[in-house]
Amino acid sequence: MSEQEEKSVFQKKISRRKLLKLTGIGTVGAIIGASGMTGVLSAFGMNPFEDDDETVENKIKFYGKHQSGIATKGPEHVYFVSLTCVAKSKKELKELFQLWTKQSAELMNGRLIEQAKSNTLLPPVDTGEAVGLNASHLTLTFGVGPSLFENKALGLQSMKPTELKDLPHFPKDQLDAHYVGGDICIQACADDPQVAFHAIRNLVRSGRGKVTMHWSQAGFNSYEMKHKEKRTPRNLFAFKDGTGNVNVESSKDMKEVVWVQPSESKNWMIDGTYLAVRRIQMHLETWDRTALSGQEETFGRHRDSGAPLGKMDEFEDMELDRKESGGRVVPDTSHVFLALQVKDRMLRRSFSYSDGINPNTGAFDAGLLFLSFQKHPKQFINIQNSLGRNDKLNEYITHRGSALFACFPGVTKGSYLGAELFD
Amino acid sequence: MKKMMQVTGVLLLTSGLLVGCGTTATEKPIKKEVSQASTLDTEVAAYKAFAIDQLDQFVIATEAFVEAVKAGEVEKAKELYAPARMYFERSEPIAESFGDLDPRIDARLADIKEEGQGEEEWSGYHKIEYGLWVEGKTEGYEEVADQLMKDVKELRAKVETVTVTPDLMIVGAVDLLNEVSTSKITGEEEIYSHTDLYDFKANVEGAEEIFKLFKANLQEKDAALVTTLEESFASLNDLLAKHEDGKGGYVSYEVLTKEDTKALSEAVDHLGEPLSQMAIVVE
Repeated sequence: MSEQEEKSVFQKKISRRKLLKLTGIGTVGAIIGASGMTGVLSAFGMNPFEDDDETVENKIKFYGKHQSGIATKGPEHVYFVSLTCVAKSKKELKELFQLWTKQSAELMNGRLIEQAKSNTLLPPVDTGEAVGLNASHLTLTFGVGPSLFENKALGLQSMKPTELKDLPHFPKDQLDAHYVGGDICIQACADDPQVAFHAIRNLVRSGRGKVTMHWSQAGFNSYEMKHKEKRTPRNLFAFKDGTGNVNVESSKDMKEVVWVQPSESKNWMIDGTYLAVRRIQMHLETWDRTALSGQEETFGRHRDSGAPLGKMDEFEDMELDRKESGGRVVPDTSHVFLALQVKDRMLRRSFSYSDGINPNTGAFDAGLLFLSFQKHPKQFINIQNSLGRNDKLNEYITHRGSALFACFPGVTKGSYLGAELFD
Repeated sequence: MKKMMQVTGVLLLTSGLLVGCGTTATEKPIKKEVSQASTLDTEVAAYKAFAIDQLDQFVIATEAFVEAVKAGEVEKAKELYAPARMYFERSEPIAESFGDLDPRIDARLADIKEEGQGEEEWSGYHKIEYGLWVEGKTEGYEEVADQLMKDVKELRAKVETVTVTPDLMIVGAVDLLNEVSTSKITGEEEIYSHTDLYDFKANVEGAEEIFKLFKANLQEKDAALVTTLEESFASLNDLLAKHEDGKGGYVSYEVLTKEDTKALSEAVDHLGEPLSQMAIVVE
C-alpha cells in the first residue's frame, strides 16, 4: 500500500477505486492493523450519517448552506430527471428524502450507496456500474415542482410559495407533454456520464413505490482549456454559451440573483433557488445552411471568438447602442440584444443533448437542455418574454419541454434534504 | 468480474468481523450460510402442492379445450383458451423446469424462429391460437391438439420429480414478474387473441402465492417488507381489476391505452424491487 493510500485508510475514508485496490485477506488485515475497527466500519460505508470525505479525489461537498450543482463551476455531463410523486403521505415522502440524503452523501464521496450483502440471492443494493470510478465531481440537486403542492394527500398546500407555478406560455412554444412539469426533479452533474447516470438510477430505484419517472434528459458540455482553466463552452450552433453569466464566485452576485434571501419567499426557500428547465430543440440542418454572417447576426456575437459583433475579445462590453453607417452593429433582433433589454439576470447552466433522430423528419433530434437558477421565476420569465417573437434565433429553435422547480437550501449535517419544507 | 468477486470476499470478511466485535448497533448480523433450506421445508412442500394442484387443473382445462378444437367448435375453444392457460402461467417457475416441454406447450412463433427452427417445429397453445383467431378455424389443428394434450399430461407427470428449493421459489417469483415486464406489458405474448391480461394476472397470482407462503417467515425478519409487498400487490391487482370484462375475464389488450400500459408497467416495477428482497427468508 502506498503512503497515500495508507493515509486515506487511516482517516477512515475509502473511494470506490480504492475499494477495488484493497483485495485479498492480507490487505484487510493491514487495514485493521493500521486503523482499528472504526476505520473499517466507516470505510465500507456502514456509518448511516456519512460525512463529506475531503480526502477523496475530484470531490464536491454535499453538505453546506446551498445545494451542490448550482454554484458548482464547469459541469461536463448532466442526467436530469423529472419525477411524479406517488407517495401517499408527507411522512412517506419525508422518509424518501431522508434516504436520498444519506445516499447522496455517499454517492458524492464516490462510494456505493450501500455496502454489499453476503446473501447472494438478493440483488445487489448498489447497481454497481460506477465501481472503480471516482467521485468525478458529482453534484446532486433536488427540487420540487408546483404540482407537488396540489397533491392533497401530502398536505403541503399552505407551504406553496405564490411564485411557484407553471411557467406561462411563451411565443413559439411547441411543448410536448412528455417533457413538461414534474413533482420532483433531480439534477446529477459529473465529469463522467456514467457516474451521473448511476446516481440517478440508484436514487430512482430506491424511490420505487414513492416516485415514478416522468421525463429525463441527458446532456453534455465540453470545454476549451486555456492555462488549465475551462473556457466558456459552445452550444451545438458552435456559439459560446454563458459568456455574460453570473459570477458564481461572487457571493454578492449570487445573493442578488440566485439565492432566496429571508422574507423574499416562504421560509423553507431561504438559501434555496428556483430552477427553470427548457428542453430546446435546435434545428441543426437549417442552421448549417445559414451564412456565417447570418449566424453571427442571430446571436449578436462572433462565432469563433465569442466577442460582441465588431469587437475582438469575448469579454468586451457589448455596447449595444453602437452604430455603423446608420445601422446597429448588434441587430435589435439578435438574441443577445433582446436578452439585455431587461435588467433581470439569471444563472444559466445549460447542456447540449443529442437524442438520435426525429422519426418524422429524419433530422437530428438535438438541442439544448436549458437550465437556469434564479431567486424568483419572474427573472427567467421576463427575459424569455423579451426574446419573445422577435428573437432571430427562434427560426432555428423550438421549445419542446418546460418545467419549474423550487430547489431546497443546502443540508446541514444531521438534517436532510427538504427538512425545512417537511418538518 | 474477477475484481468484483474479490471485493465481495473482502466485504464478507469485514461483515464477519463486525458481528464479532459487537459494533453493529445499526447492522443486522449477516449469516454466513446463504441457503438454509431445512428451515423452509413447510414452505417448499406447500409450494410443490400448489404447483401440482395448478397443473392438475391445467390438465382438466386443456382436455376441455382440446375437445372443443377437435369438435370444430371455434367459439367455444376461444372461450376456453385464455382461462386454461392461466393454470400454466401461475405455476411457470416449475413448468419451465422442463426445457423441452415448456416450448412444446407455450412457444410463440417468434420463439421458434429465434431458435433458428422452421414453422413446422411450432406446436402447442399459441399455434392453435393462430388457427382460432387468425384463420377462424380448427380444421387441420386436430393433431396439434392431440400432441398438446400428451405434452400437458407429461408435464403433470414430471412435476412430481421436481426438487423445489427456496431458491427456486425466490427466483421464480421475480421471474414471473419479469415475464410480465418483458412480454405481457408489450402485448407480445398473445399476439393473435390479445388475451395478455389473463397471463398477466396469472403471473402476478403465481408470484403472490410464493409471497404468501413466505409471509410468516418474512414477518419475523422484516415486517415493513411484508407491508410494502401487500400494498404493492394490492395496487397492481386494483389496476388489473379496472380491465375486467364483467364476465369473469379481461378485456382485449388492444383496448388498453398507452397510459394504461404505462401505469401497469410502473406498478409491476414498484412490486419487483421489494419482491426481490424476499431472498432474506433464507438468512
